[in-house]
Amino acid sequence: MTQVASTNSPLLHAEQLSSIRGGRVLFENLDFSVSAGQLWQVSGPNGAGKSSLLRILTGLLETSDGVVSFAGQPLNQNWSEYCQQLLFIGHKAAVKGELSALENFHWQQQLSSVQDVDAWDLLEKLGLLGLEDELTTRLSAGQQRRVALTRLWATQASLWILDEPFTALDVQGIALLQQRFVEHLDAGGTIIFTSHQSLTLSGLTPEKLSLEYRGEVL
Amino acid sequence: MWRWLHPYAKPEATYNLLQKLLPWFVALTLVTLITGVIWGLAFAPGDYQQGDSYRIIFLHVPAAIFSMGAYMGMAIMGGIALIWQIKTAEWAIPAIAPVGAALTIVALLTGAIWGKPMWGTWWVWDARLTSELILLFLYVGVMALYFAFDDARTGAKAAAILSLVGVINLPIIHFSVEWWNTLHQGATITKFERPSIAASMLIPLLICLAGFAFLTVSLVMMRLKNEILRHELHRAWAQQRLEQD
Amino acid sequence: MSQLSNRQTWLTLLKRDLRIAARRRSDALNPLLFLLMVVTLFPLGIGPGPDILARIAPGIIWVAALLASLLGLERLFRDDFQDGTLEQLCLLPQPLAFTVTAKMTAHWLLSGLPLVILSPVLALLLSLPLQGWWALALTLLLGTPALSALGAIGAALTLQVQRGSSLVSLILIPLFIPLLIFATAAVENASMGLAVHGQLAILAAISVLTVTLAPLAVAAGIRMSVN
Repeated sequence: MTQVASTNSPLLHAEQLSSIRGGRVLFENLDFSVSAGQLWQVSGPNGAGKSSLLRILTGLLETSDGVVSFAGQPLNQNWSEYCQQLLFIGHKAAVKGELSALENFHWQQQLSSVQDVDAWDLLEKLGLLGLEDELTTRLSAGQQRRVALTRLWATQASLWILDEPFTALDVQGIALLQQRFVEHLDAGGTIIFTSHQSLTLSGLTPEKLSLEYRGEVL
Repeated sequence: MWRWLHPYAKPEATYNLLQKLLPWFVALTLVTLITGVIWGLAFAPGDYQQGDSYRIIFLHVPAAIFSMGAYMGMAIMGGIALIWQIKTAEWAIPAIAPVGAALTIVALLTGAIWGKPMWGTWWVWDARLTSELILLFLYVGVMALYFAFDDARTGAKAAAILSLVGVINLPIIHFSVEWWNTLHQGATITKFERPSIAASMLIPLLICLAGFAFLTVSLVMMRLKNEILRHELHRAWAQQRLEQD
Repeated sequence: MSQLSNRQTWLTLLKRDLRIAARRRSDALNPLLFLLMVVTLFPLGIGPGPDILARIAPGIIWVAALLASLLGLERLFRDDFQDGTLEQLCLLPQPLAFTVTAKMTAHWLLSGLPLVILSPVLALLLSLPLQGWWALALTLLLGTPALSALGAIGAALTLQVQRGSSLVSLILIPLFIPLLIFATAAVENASMGLAVHGQLAILAAISVLTVTLAPLAVAAGIRMSVN
């Protein structure tokens, strides 16, 4: 895992972010700084703009105003380096329905060039053993979600941005994911996530960013 | 970006500029267009071969030229919108497109009117007319794409990309249609390629050209003013203007 | 840390797309069957006289090819857009304009190349003279990559539009016209035993220009749609 030059300077820095979508102001003049090794939870009611904020941080969504910087440079200047360090799992699972769980994982491995993960062990941990050859479209929503989460075990990225990662997970799944969080943070990784629930595993105390629902319409 | 253009990234500044310039352009349009059209239609000498039926070129040629010019202008605005993210440039696209499409339709209709006495038919697949028809399809495509989106900004971006793709294709399309036409030329010789034009006809034609230029620009200005107001209604300065006008 | 080279990423994306397409065979097969049936309509509508058919065969086959390629565009980006794979493509370290060519190539392999292979059958059905067959295959080989490229632009721009397929056709058909003109001219000339180097050269030039520039527009369209 690559180390950021100085753990004091922010890894990801958002300055004066504003987002206006569908004529509604989501947030304005938001300043937000994430240092390496931190765990951040973005919370707020539905419609407060949590997903939009996360997508802005990944660079997929354009801001109405403001700049997002990674390692001191605006995203559009060091985009390639940012992408190498970033793993994003959004609302959409990004798994191919025509492929099985095992195949989806296999392709993910190839693209992230991670070799030393035992697929079977992982699938067993995620409760997908026995389903590994089923086409992903035939799996339940929760199972599809877990196929999506296999990426977290086959990545070299240091910054994880996860939108509602705990959705559709059962108790064991939640515990497993939190355990993975701990592993990643211990290795120097950074995590930003949204969730309606609080983390239950001791040792996981996230910094909190709370967004409000603003009803102003333009 | 050129420094003098910078202030006009603000919609309000552009609106004020348009408001100042518009009366002048409208006046110029009326003067040149009325002069040119009346001169061409009524007073210019009859053509040696075609008699009076050629007079439609005073409308046809400028309309055709500016139908293409408007497309290029739209593509330039699209490029500016995409590269520099300037909102006013985005709104220029739906402002220009209908004007350009209308010019194309005028060119097609006047072309048909010209063709009837010449070939006895309202339509021939002449190189110029075919190009204009394809240009109309390009305009329709850009407009259809723009209006297919709920969010005007995304629609403008899509339309901008498409108009840039179209503008690169325009010369290729033009060249291919020209070539295709020579390939399939029948007995009819296209009279749209004027070998030379007498000065007494050239001057009213130039005046009409200028008239159409001013017309196009005036119409686009009017539409752009409206687009700016429409998108900036929530701002105080726009509401002020609404009350004033 | 080890990173996949650009070439390896490109090949991985291509192979994945082909593997997925193998699971949905009808997606690739239907446009070809459509093409075959449309070509059959013409003798039925015009009359089976081989002279007339031979005269209009290049035009019919190419127009039918254009329509068939429009049909096949739906599956180029839409599935990936809906399941989130497309936005993940945007987040790869490689430039989007580069990675997108892998998808476009996969699409061509499944829609354009089969067309080239099918062309002798089509030529036979429409009584195209034997000397025109190779020209038909060659024009399709040169022209279908450009069709895929332009089609990708249309598909990328209309991802957010529901039921965008008729809109895509509206946008793309004017852009196909130069290819149509030079391809059919080449096949006609070849059928009559005349030289076709000029037409083929121009067709190739248009194709190369399109294939080179299109990925930029496609990437811009995808980024806009994923926004």
